[in-house]
Amino acid sequence: MTNHEQTNPENKNLVEGRTGLWEVVIGLEVHAQVSSQSKLFSGSSPSFGAGPNEHVSLVDAAMPGMLPVINQFCVEQAVKTGLGLNAEVNLFSVFDRKNYFYADLPQGYQISQYKQPIIGEGVITIDLKDGTSREIGIERLHLEQDAGKSMHDQHPSKSYIDLNRSGVALMEIVSKPDMRSAEEAAAYVTKLRSILRFLGTCDGNMEEGSMRADVNVSVRRPGDEFGTRTETKNLNSIRFISQAINAEVARQIEIIEDGGVIDQETRLFDTSTGLTRSMRSKEDAHDYRYFPDPDLLPLVFEQSWVDGIKANLPELPDALKARLMDQYGLSPYDATVIAEDLETAAFYEKVAAGRDAKLASNWMTVELFGALNKLGKTLAESPVSPEQLGALVGLISDGTISGRIAKDVFAEMIETSGDPDAIIEEKGLKQVSDTGAIEAMIDDVLANNQDKVDEYRGGKDKLFGFFVGQVMKASKGQANPGVVNQMLKSKLDG
Amino acid sequence: MTDLLKMTAVEARAALDDKSISAVELTDAYLAAADETQALNAYTEITHDKAREMAAASDGRLAKGEGGALEGLPIGVKDLFCTMGVETTACSNILNGFKPVYESTVTQNLWDDGAVMLGKLNCDEFAMGSANETSARGAVASPWTVDGDDQDYAPGGSSGGSAASVAAHSSIMATGTDTGGSIRQPAAFCGVVGIKPTYGRCSRRGIVAFASSLDQAGPITRDVADGALMLQSMASHDLGDSTSVADPMPNLMAGLEDGIKGMTIGIPSEYTMDGMDSQITALWEEGRKWLEDAGATCVEVSLPHTQYALPTYYIVAPAEASSNLARYDGVKYGQRVEGESLDDMYAKTRAAGFGDEVTRRILIGTYVLSAGYYDAYYLKAQKTRRLIQNDFIDAFKKVDLLLTPTTPSAAFPIGQKVTDPVTMYLNDIFTVPASLAGVPAMSVPAGLADNGLPLGLQLIAPSFHEDTLVKAGRVLEKAAGFTATASRVASRVAGQ
Repeated sequence: MTNHEQTNPENKNLVEGRTGLWEVVIGLEVHAQVSSQSKLFSGSSPSFGAGPNEHVSLVDAAMPGMLPVINQFCVEQAVKTGLGLNAEVNLFSVFDRKNYFYADLPQGYQISQYKQPIIGEGVITIDLKDGTSREIGIERLHLEQDAGKSMHDQHPSKSYIDLNRSGVALMEIVSKPDMRSAEEAAAYVTKLRSILRFLGTCDGNMEEGSMRADVNVSVRRPGDEFGTRTETKNLNSIRFISQAINAEVARQIEIIEDGGVIDQETRLFDTSTGLTRSMRSKEDAHDYRYFPDPDLLPLVFEQSWVDGIKANLPELPDALKARLMDQYGLSPYDATVIAEDLETAAFYEKVAAGRDAKLASNWMTVELFGALNKLGKTLAESPVSPEQLGALVGLISDGTISGRIAKDVFAEMIETSGDPDAIIEEKGLKQVSDTGAIEAMIDDVLANNQDKVDEYRGGKDKLFGFFVGQVMKASKGQANPGVVNQMLKSKLDG
Repeated sequence: MTDLLKMTAVEARAALDDKSISAVELTDAYLAAADETQALNAYTEITHDKAREMAAASDGRLAKGEGGALEGLPIGVKDLFCTMGVETTACSNILNGFKPVYESTVTQNLWDDGAVMLGKLNCDEFAMGSANETSARGAVASPWTVDGDDQDYAPGGSSGGSAASVAAHSSIMATGTDTGGSIRQPAAFCGVVGIKPTYGRCSRRGIVAFASSLDQAGPITRDVADGALMLQSMASHDLGDSTSVADPMPNLMAGLEDGIKGMTIGIPSEYTMDGMDSQITALWEEGRKWLEDAGATCVEVSLPHTQYALPTYYIVAPAEASSNLARYDGVKYGQRVEGESLDDMYAKTRAAGFGDEVTRRILIGTYVLSAGYYDAYYLKAQKTRRLIQNDFIDAFKKVDLLLTPTTPSAAFPIGQKVTDPVTMYLNDIFTVPASLAGVPAMSVPAGLADNGLPLGLQLIAPSFHEDTLVKAGRVLEKAAGFTATASRVASRVAGQ
């Protein structure tokens, strides 16, 4: 029994049932499409969005006598991914045939790797919302072909087959059963996706099917042996992964607490009800009759070739996060958010260049992300460039505008994609730091509110905020709040 | 039979060069022979138009002095090779109507060297058989008959149509494929030469797969020189087949007449069996003398795991076949029988499409790969296969070649063994070990049995030593002086 299998006394994710606490045990199998120009064993394109059967070679359609030939680039991508997962690269691995009949599986078998995968054990660090991190073990990564797609809604009595995906290279990344909550599973997929994107080995687009997950879930009393697990297949978003886990946990606890037992079975997640339902039981499980594919030679690497790939790995999310914390003084949470993908990090580093890094991070993660969310746009489609946002941050820092005015300027920038300087100039929003002008305004406010002044001086301190507000209002928000504060204080208290 | 049909491929190629014959003339003669001998059922399709068109193109190239190594030579193609636009069914109903939109690498190599395609040749269904009796296109009759016996004899299999057609002079040469003896055994039965090269020499791309780790294409020809000529053209390194080898084939014609003086030939003591025809034993002994007369030394060698070869083969080959034939499911091409559901369609299509022997091997293969049986059968067979390979590696440390009989008996009448698969499987007892080891081997016609049917001797060489193989084959051929012509060919001559 490894450490992973024992209940960690610090597990705070125990679930309260009717009869006591339960521990949830989760393992994930993630299928990630290898980013490549051609399929795993043929020259046809793996790209998304073509018309039915437009990307099908003789090999993909399993024409008689047609043979698979390994795409070396896909192998390199798998090795790169293994290194990014801090995993062991197996210098000798074997392709096997997994035999079963289905209409969208033209060969009658899937070429996969069974006993000797290309990548062995590894580990990744997941980042949780409370700023803490956990390590999750990787069991293995293997290369395999995707199947085609059956379409049952095109004809009243027939099914149609689209073989565009047939033969597309997938990496199946199997975790150890190390996760203890839906949040951890979501964080695992998020981190895995970041790593793959940083490496350029998978685009991570779950909505296009580039990444999907099968989740293995079981529950047990803390400290007990593993319970019986179920596998819920083919989840194509992080939200569905969380929902499916929570639904499965609730279902399993209820069954056991009612005196039942969990069947080891394969289940499907119904996105409309948010529940899982049985697909096939263990008794119906296929006998896949795995055996080494005689059409393919084993994959054999030199260690020096692997070392060469390792030497050229890009900066990965953990290293980037550490650097953001170190170089910019960001909190673990902010650093995690910004390090989630390369694009965000690159955007941030442009905003923060030579400026208040913490302020830059707030403006980006709160204001910009909030605005983009509302517009339904991605960062790449942002109407505000990193240079413009950086300029805005700079204008706040040097006192040209206040934070409050900055929000108005930012709203205008989002609207028009204009430069902050031009907007401030045009609208006359420049902050007033001229003590003479501010003093005149303060005097006015105090003269018009003599009663309040008396109350304040009589001990009602809270009225200070009222005076600040009145002065800011009089200045149309342009008075430098620091100067206003300081002068008000000396006038009222002096 | 005309003089055109009597020429070997090497002779015909020379005659084409010196313009004493034309490719069209030669092709027409063979097309006529193919038509006349249709009763043998060697051809499943004769491609008259394509043949004449290709022959005319050959004449054009020859006229310009551009002819390739096989320019203008009319050959037959086993129906296991995919041929573009020409129905290719592996003689199975499940592929009825299948016309590939691509050409196998081996046949493309032949066409690139100028060969002319006469048509497709009958074979056992998916190359599973040793008598050409499992073909969905019907059995092939050997051109050889026995005096006073009106039965049709089996040409052997699975390349039965190929061997029968070369023996019947209805093709000048033919392609075959050999998984456990499917080139060598029919060559022996039909009195012709058959070569199974080293595994990986000929690309498997475009050859309907039977057992991928064993399948190899090779030539069936009237003499050794023709075999060398054709194999040279068939072999190539193909990036479309991951198991194809990069080492170039040595020039087989160059040293063909060099002899075997000073070579050591191994006589494996295990290549015998109960009830083996005494004539075979006698021929084997004679072959040994021929090789010694040519200056070689013959020594006894042991290949201790030979007895396990046949059971090993009948696990490995069906296991691979059960998976290779999964693609014939009625979904994409070939025959489909509609059903109530997808599974029902599969069951009905495959039940209607596959014959008994193919069904039997799919069942055996599925069984030996199943959970709970894999270790006891498939894994054990893989280990035994390695031991058999090691037997050859050890033997070839001491000897340059091995000499064995090709088959334990001469041909048998069609239908005689069809009821007992194991008796049928024993036909391959001497050819299967070389297939499992991947080493090159050939059958050379060496004599006639008392009943007048041909007998063959098998030479086995170390991997990639096809040059040594054909050299020794040429010595055997000369010493044996095998000149007999199949009786049905002789009667055709008499009929003219």
